[in-house]
Amino acid sequence: MSESNEDKLRELLQKAMPPLGQTELQRDLWPAMLRRLDEHPVRVAWFDWALLALLGVSLGFFPEVIPVLLYHL
Amino acid sequence: MELLERFARGDLEAFETLFRQFQARVYGWIVRVVRDRGAAEELTVETFWRIYRARARFDPQRGFEGWARRIATNVALDHLKTCCRDVALPEELKAERQPDPAVQWELRERINRAFLQLPAQYQLTATLALVEDRPYAEIAEALGISVTAVKLRVFRAVRLLRKNLERLGVKP
Repeated sequence: MSESNEDKLRELLQKAMPPLGQTELQRDLWPAMLRRLDEHPVRVAWFDWALLALLGVSLGFFPEVIPVLLYHL
Repeated sequence: MELLERFARGDLEAFETLFRQFQARVYGWIVRVVRDRGAAEELTVETFWRIYRARARFDPQRGFEGWARRIATNVALDHLKTCCRDVALPEELKAERQPDPAVQWELRERINRAFLQLPAQYQLTATLALVEDRPYAEIAEALGISVTAVKLRVFRAVRLLRKNLERLGVKP
């Protein structure tokens, strides 16, 4: 397909759908962003909770590990 | 740099600063693609929401704007995939220039319809390359593909658009 064909189509498209160029934002979107953040608080994945539970149970069964863990933290 | 690092660590204030600094530019990019002001505002918020969620993967060394633009492009692409198929283009936006009055309303409708029948990725590439006249390098960066791939997409979009137009009785 030649470049002139592309140019003709470009011209036709621009006549039907004029380029927008610089379009200014009419309002501050930060309040909408805050609402969005509130709607979807960052959630902890289920496997993170599972790991935490596993750790809790392990420490319950083997409390002697606690000082070792604290030493390494 | 410190601001970007704070954002990557999840500092909400740093995110707000970046949001306020870049919201107009992200919106400006999206509205060019979707050509609908209301949708573009929602998609700008969606873009920043995805940016916020992906903050841990953000590399402060690589700069924010390019990364944000790439996410915005993906958000706009998702929108094009699900919306506006086989319907007229959304609201008439205040364009740099108005549609050519010599091009009749019916012809414009057919061109719009032919355009909306393109697959979303061709619609997006053709809008940026042929309607908005954006440089191929800029489109390539926003899509995360090579300039050659952009040229190929434009070529295919033109070929498909020509077919769609002919089917609708318009000889380009």
